Amino acid sequence: MPKDGGIGASTKRREDNRFLTGNGRYTDDINLRGQAYVHFLRSDVAHGRIKGIDTSAAEAMPGVIRIFTAADFSAAGGLPCGWQVTDRFGQPMQEPKHPILAEGKVRHVGDPICGIVAETLEQARDAAEAIEVDIEELPAVIDMAKALEDGSVKVHDDLTSNLCYDWGFVEENREAVDEAFARAAHVVSVDLVNNRLCANPMETRVAIGDYDPWNDQHTLYTTSQNPHVIRLLMGAFVLSLPEHKLRVVAPDVGGGFGSKIYHYAEEAFCTQAAKWLKRPVKWASTRSEAFLSDAHARDHISRIELALDADHNFTAIRSTTLANMGAYLSTFAPSIPTWLHGTLMAGPYKTPLVYVNVRAVFTNTVAVDAYRGAGRPEATFQLERVIDQAARELGVDPVELRRKNFIKPDQFPYQTPVALEYDSGNFDATLDKALQLSDYANIDKRVAEAASRGKLRGIGMSQYIEACGIAPSNLVGQLGARAGLYETATVRVNATGSISVLTGCHSHGQGHETSFPQIVADMIGIDASQIDLVHGDTANTPMGMGTYGSRSIAVGGSALVKATNKIIDKAKKIAAHLLEASPEDIELKDGKFSVAGTDKSVEWAAVTLAAYVPHNYPLEDLEPGLEETSFYDPNNFTFPSGCYICEVEVDPETGKVDIVNFTAADDFGVVINPMIVEGQVHGGLAQGIGQAMTENCVYDENGQLLSGSFMDYTMPRADDVPSFTVDHSQFTHCTHNPLGAKGCGEAGAIGSPPAVVNAVIDAMHRGGLTHVRHIDMPVTPSRVWAAMQN
Amino acid sequence: MTQVSMTVNGKSVSAEAEGRTLLVQYLREGLGMTGTHIGCDTSQCGACVVLVDGKAVKSCTMLAMDADGAEVTTIEGMANADGSLGTIQQAFQDHHGLQCGFCTPGMVMSAAALLAENPKPTEAEVRHYLEGNLCRCTGYHNIVKAVLAASGQNVDDLGAVAAE
Repeated sequence: MPKDGGIGASTKRREDNRFLTGNGRYTDDINLRGQAYVHFLRSDVAHGRIKGIDTSAAEAMPGVIRIFTAADFSAAGGLPCGWQVTDRFGQPMQEPKHPILAEGKVRHVGDPICGIVAETLEQARDAAEAIEVDIEELPAVIDMAKALEDGSVKVHDDLTSNLCYDWGFVEENREAVDEAFARAAHVVSVDLVNNRLCANPMETRVAIGDYDPWNDQHTLYTTSQNPHVIRLLMGAFVLSLPEHKLRVVAPDVGGGFGSKIYHYAEEAFCTQAAKWLKRPVKWASTRSEAFLSDAHARDHISRIELALDADHNFTAIRSTTLANMGAYLSTFAPSIPTWLHGTLMAGPYKTPLVYVNVRAVFTNTVAVDAYRGAGRPEATFQLERVIDQAARELGVDPVELRRKNFIKPDQFPYQTPVALEYDSGNFDATLDKALQLSDYANIDKRVAEAASRGKLRGIGMSQYIEACGIAPSNLVGQLGARAGLYETATVRVNATGSISVLTGCHSHGQGHETSFPQIVADMIGIDASQIDLVHGDTANTPMGMGTYGSRSIAVGGSALVKATNKIIDKAKKIAAHLLEASPEDIELKDGKFSVAGTDKSVEWAAVTLAAYVPHNYPLEDLEPGLEETSFYDPNNFTFPSGCYICEVEVDPETGKVDIVNFTAADDFGVVINPMIVEGQVHGGLAQGIGQAMTENCVYDENGQLLSGSFMDYTMPRADDVPSFTVDHSQFTHCTHNPLGAKGCGEAGAIGSPPAVVNAVIDAMHRGGLTHVRHIDMPVTPSRVWAAMQN
Repeated sequence: MTQVSMTVNGKSVSAEAEGRTLLVQYLREGLGMTGTHIGCDTSQCGACVVLVDGKAVKSCTMLAMDADGAEVTTIEGMANADGSLGTIQQAFQDHHGLQCGFCTPGMVMSAAALLAENPKPTEAEVRHYLEGNLCRCTGYHNIVKAVLAASGQNVDDLGAVAAE
């Protein structure tokens, strides 16, 4: 291994040097000469008809350059949806237009009506207050069940109803599942809510549009997880700009968690306005605006039912969900409750029959889309809650009930009844590891000790499997994706042997600048310090699909392995020429090419120099230079899995829950940088714990977001979470990518919520409060206290 | 507009500010020092924490004019004289106490204030002190570890379940 770290080394992150010294370059740190500022006047009502907009007074105010409304964007397309779901009757989903600025109606609090461009941000804000918008307020459609009632007010007048789609999966199994339930020895069901969340990366969204009229060249600086995707969506579907005239730059980005995947209206606005005004236009979201304009997440109401035979084998699962889409379809919204949710409903269990029904609903709320885990947390929550409930009703150990139904290590590859083929896993191994690390065996002693202090202590587990490393393009294409999901890497070897790696992935906290070079360093045997990563700019990176769905190492890293292999193949030919040997006899080790069985060798840098100074070079057979690109399209998803165990103490006086221990044992396949992977798990756990304990986007019946700031939307703080015990030693290889890596970004947020809730319910039961069946997330003190009072 | 002067990271600086200009705007826009970040608009997130006369202050909650004449330290002033990472910064790198880096300046400044007040804090004291700083990436585990390590304490067993 190279001395500064190859695959498997906890190499310290090089990007930290700039972040720790205040030298990061986030989008809001960029200020272009002559830049103007835009402030968006947003709807303060959830639903209404725009009768008129009077901007005359505002236009006369100091510093105002121009005020734009929907009429200015009549030639632009709507913000596109990247995934078309087909319903269970074979019909396409209902797909409303999502205009850049509200056309005719406002459909959620925060819907942008006008963009005010001024010399300063303060002037733009001041002018917004002078705009008179005449809105005829309409009843707000907030409750999903009511939205589907006949005669409900419609969010979109041109659609037949508020139903986006009614999806069934696997539709052919519907009757067989019903029959299995009819003949089951035991049926257990839980009604539950997967609470609505806001991703809230610490950096809010920012966009700067710039236009160079002399070259007809647009540049958008934006806080994006996938600049190439933004270029494609905005260029092709919204503003009709060809790719070669549009450059999208996503510099340092302060976290994403899914919310910065999507193409947002403000990006298109700034890009277009910069051309019209012939000067850069900058928008920086406030946090209050972020709550009203960033895509929200989750928001499912579900009934999960489990059928078991007399021996407690799972025989069928039936899941019925209402999924909130919000007022418009965000970029990948329709795929989340369907293909990223229904396909995981088998979990790590050998349940032969599964049927999932999802009705997606339009409401007068902010659009909902993917957030860390995206569909998989919702599936895991249902499964792991109903299995715990089944164990309780049947009077059996929840650990053993799960173990009995696990897919066993010798059953892989395993074809589930919900389309996926799991390639590898060992659920018993991660379960055993988590039991050991959490000292599960001695929980009774700790419960008794806590009881002596007047506290109710409980323990809960969750065994998850998820599908990530997205995704095989041809497969997702069949499922309705309007994009390919390959990834790219270019390995550009310089004459003196240093290397620039160019990737279509984007790092916004994941540490790619450290881990990607580790892969190349390991393969060639040179120091990682000789290798740099370039990402985040469509002008100098190959077209890739970006970072989300725990895909960067599994898919982007695999592209990098392929490209590096091409480099090594070519370098070996050059080395063979220099050593006057056959390429088949050349071995590469520790950055040195040698002829097998001899002491003849040539250094890496001598080969790279020969490639660019081809004086002694096989020019008749080989082009000069050393640069290769690979596009890697995976042939399956990857399937991280693991076991999470949460231990809580509940204060019976107040209902306050404290997490006292949390253990995560994950199977991520091969890990490139364990330090970074553990950090990803920690962060995912905190987000999952946040969902379970504190976070909630709450709308009132009028569509006002009640939790629209950090004072009301309570993200975990340092003293709300414990230190975590994490382990990834019980791994199995991903069998279909060259690294054997599965991905680790989302697991923490997928596996943790049910472990927390199961622990709270366990604490109730151990404390004699056996009437408590379920408590919806977030398990706030008031909810827990109310449940305890029966 | 009024001319506001202060000492930032040991250097005398001066820039124009309106009455409503916040200290964080003065630093970022007036002085072009973009290391200090803005993560919210309700004084909750702590991304903008700087030291004003040695005390941790959310610079989104202080008017620039109120800092006139003050000694301000920002993340840009935390490295050693030779440019190498300072003790707290180095501990954050060693223990992976940052991911996207956006909350990091505020975290480092709060940690500096904590360790100035309490050179050997317990884990609980670190967690309590940092509750005014939100991080969405790290789950705080490695931030707490870094701060404890920066105080010279052993952090090897952080998070291990105490077996009976």
